[in-house]
Amino acid sequence: MSSLFGSNPQTASDMQKQKEQLKLQVQQELAVASAQQLINKITENCFAKCVTRPSTSLGSSEERCLTQCMTLYMAAFDQTSKSYVARISRERSSQVPSNAL
Amino acid sequence: MSQATQQMPQFDEATRQELSDFIEQEQAKAKIQSSVHELTDKYWPGRGTDTSVPVCITGSISSKFSKSEASCLENCVDRFLDTSLYIVKQIEEQKSHLG
Repeated sequence: MSSLFGSNPQTASDMQKQKEQLKLQVQQELAVASAQQLINKITENCFAKCVTRPSTSLGSSEERCLTQCMTLYMAAFDQTSKSYVARISRERSSQVPSNAL
Repeated sequence: MSQATQQMPQFDEATRQELSDFIEQEQAKAKIQSSVHELTDKYWPGRGTDTSVPVCITGSISSKFSKSEASCLENCVDRFLDTSLYIVKQIEEQKSHLG
């Protein structure tokens, strides 16, 4: 952070470089936040689904269930994402106010 | 956003504007992502005791994600957004009656 905000670039190309670096950093941090959110949701939902009676350790059938649950959850997430994004671009092209989305 | 970019004295005005626009766009994308997380969670079976929420993933956990589950999710997302737009439209109409 300090390298991004602290120094004064000498040339235009320095500034260009810092700008791109900052953009990349913003995108990466948002991507990490989204991945964390997905991992949290998977953990909550698949724990509820697969570990119904928690014992002293995870059994192999519980682990198998967690693997399958994770795959299924990601497929559901992908589908939801596809449908949502498709809908938003349809709304944008038909000029309906989309601030509600 | 302007607040955040004002604290970047190393950038000229045009660059600050560009970054401000960029961050706004990325925030809009993040908001969409976040809605997708919430909706996926909402239509996943077995969350809490709310039986009024439709459930799309009906097969066993070991079965593959099916076509009918996919189209169920698509309908859920589309109708949810229809509802959102409809409510906003209603409120706008009520507002115009008042004003």
